Amino acid sequence: MDIDTREIRFSAERLAEVYEIIGRYPEGRQKSALLPVLHIAQAEFDNWLSPEVMDYVADLLGIQPIEVYEVASFYTMFNLKPVGKYVLEVCRTGPCCLVGAEKLQSHLETKLGIKPGETTPDGMFTLKTVECLAACGFGPVMQVGATYYERLTPEKADELLEQFRKENKRATYC
Amino acid sequence: MEVYRKQGGYAAVEKALKTMTPDEVLEEVKKSGLRGRGGAGFPTGLKWSFLAKPEGVPRYLVCNADESEPGTFKDRDLMVRNPHSLIEGMIVSSFALGANTSYIYVRGELFYVIRILEKAISEAREKGFLGKNILGSGYDLELYVQPGGGAYICGEETALIESLEGKRGNPRIKPPFPAVSGVWGCPTVVNNVETIAATSWIVQHGGDEYAKIGIGRSTGTKLISACGNINKPGIYEIELGLPVEEFIYSDEYCGGIAGGKRLKAVVAGGSSVPVLPANLILKTMAGESRLMSYESLAEGGFVSGTMLGSGGFIVMDEDACIVRNTWNFTRFYHHESCGQCSPCREGTGWMEKVLHRIEYGHGKMSDIDLLVDVAAKIEGNTICPLGDAAAWPVGSAIRHFRDEFEWHVREPRLSQERNYGLAGYADPLPVQAAEA
Ligand SMILES: Cc1cc2nc3c(=O)[nH]c(=O)nc-3n(C[C@H](O)[C@H](O)[C@H](O)COP(=O)(O)O)c2cc1C
Ligand code: SF4
Ligand code: FES
Repeated sequence: MDIDTREIRFSAERLAEVYEIIGRYPEGRQKSALLPVLHIAQAEFDNWLSPEVMDYVADLLGIQPIEVYEVASFYTMFNLKPVGKYVLEVCRTGPCCLVGAEKLQSHLETKLGIKPGETTPDGMFTLKTVECLAACGFGPVMQVGATYYERLTPEKADELLEQFRKENKRATYC
Repeated sequence: MEVYRKQGGYAAVEKALKTMTPDEVLEEVKKSGLRGRGGAGFPTGLKWSFLAKPEGVPRYLVCNADESEPGTFKDRDLMVRNPHSLIEGMIVSSFALGANTSYIYVRGELFYVIRILEKAISEAREKGFLGKNILGSGYDLELYVQPGGGAYICGEETALIESLEGKRGNPRIKPPFPAVSGVWGCPTVVNNVETIAATSWIVQHGGDEYAKIGIGRSTGTKLISACGNINKPGIYEIELGLPVEEFIYSDEYCGGIAGGKRLKAVVAGGSSVPVLPANLILKTMAGESRLMSYESLAEGGFVSGTMLGSGGFIVMDEDACIVRNTWNFTRFYHHESCGQCSPCREGTGWMEKVLHRIEYGHGKMSDIDLLVDVAAKIEGNTICPLGDAAAWPVGSAIRHFRDEFEWHVREPRLSQERNYGLAGYADPLPVQAAEA
């Protein structure tokens, strides 16, 4: 868990994946691999991008660290601070609100005792509100790792929380 | 893959690569009258014909699978259910454009869809539909899937190109257009998932056959993603020209308003298009029945019409609060503004604050005209159309529902209580007596 004491390096398999991705673009355009590689890095290193991890990615792609920071901070999927094992991303956009997303959000806030952007003291859950996830007909929607949970009710959300507590495994996008 | 092949899948690739020239494919797409399904509805054949073809410079086709327009969830469904239809479309479209490397840019949240596409691509490669010398035609194509990072603006084609290059999604100033200078400065076409998937049908059956479907200049079928307060939310493929009333009330489609309530308003083409009240979405100002087509939905301009847009059909019942929904959308645009132009960056933030004030019982009557004024100052004054997309929902909501805004100002407590009961959100601010 403690990122500082671990050497920041991809496994041989992950490295092979990174080189395959770089090969998708013309010579000298390896910067195009930045988003896919940042996703891999986030998944590998506790689901957030520390400055050290970003420097490592910059090094791998042969670009300046600032080029990585400015991209990582632009896109909402990259976490720039440590997060809980499960990041609960609740859609807060109009269509989901028409079918009860706000109720779901306030239920989760009460249940977990945190506001969006915060993490529970046990490091289990981070609550995050996000914009439309392209599942508007099946709202309220919550994304956790790569999985979409649709047509959620407060009851179903409670069951999910229980399930996550039991599994106790970090959920990442890829 | 087996299923798709049995149903005649990849026949278009065989037909195009073995019996047609790229220009013949382009000709069929032109004849079909197909219009871009990403939102703007620009004729696809015409767009392709603008592609610059300088000697020795590679050209690229990029599929826009960013799908982030609120209310729109059709491309995800198409890619999950029928990934090969997109891949087949990518092959024939890339062939027509002379692209030897193409990318499908998928919003990053949809990693599970990316996996489905990657699997389908490797199946297609195994069968010899991708790679070098496809089907012995001498045509080479590599196809890759690129994840985004969570940013609505990357659906805008030049922002998408920037993002594909590994940068922030800041839209570029046009011209030059991507057709001349796109990915890595090379000529590029960006098309929506649904547009590209349609091209394989067109190649297989001919542009004339496609043009027979639909109505007038709105040819073909369109995927409509319907959501909000309806009995049967979901994705429906309709023939363009279907009456809106039938779409909302027929059991074949939305199945009517949930809970037997009354229809209040519809946002017909994704959050960016003007909202229309029930009477104007069902019938035009002239009293004609409104149809699901580019022309009919736009009838009456922005005074009494709207747009087909991306096909994100958001239905609101009598209990929905227009002020709250408008505030919500404005917060979305403010959040998603890339920040390059001040009218968009500042204007969306300002509108969000004022709408929040009205919604939460602190509004003034003068705020309503202030909103109209700010929206008008954003519109047309920005690098990319996100500014317009943020202005239109506000302008149209006030145009058609001014009463409701005024009611919020006059009766802050009542409007708060009503919304609290219905939506269940907590009031973050104490209600004060509204100032006159
Ligand atoms: C802010 C903004 C967001 C957009 N989002 C999308 C999107 O998510 N998907 C899409 O296909 N087109 C989107 N577009 C439209 C694209 O810029 C572009 O017109 C489209 O991909 C062209 O494809 P088409 O001709 O096949 O419609 C967006 C445009 C703007 C201004
Ligand atoms: S209009 Fe908004 S989103 Fe578009 S370029 Fe300007 S600031 Fe960025
Ligand atoms: S509004 Fe929630 S998924 Fe689109």
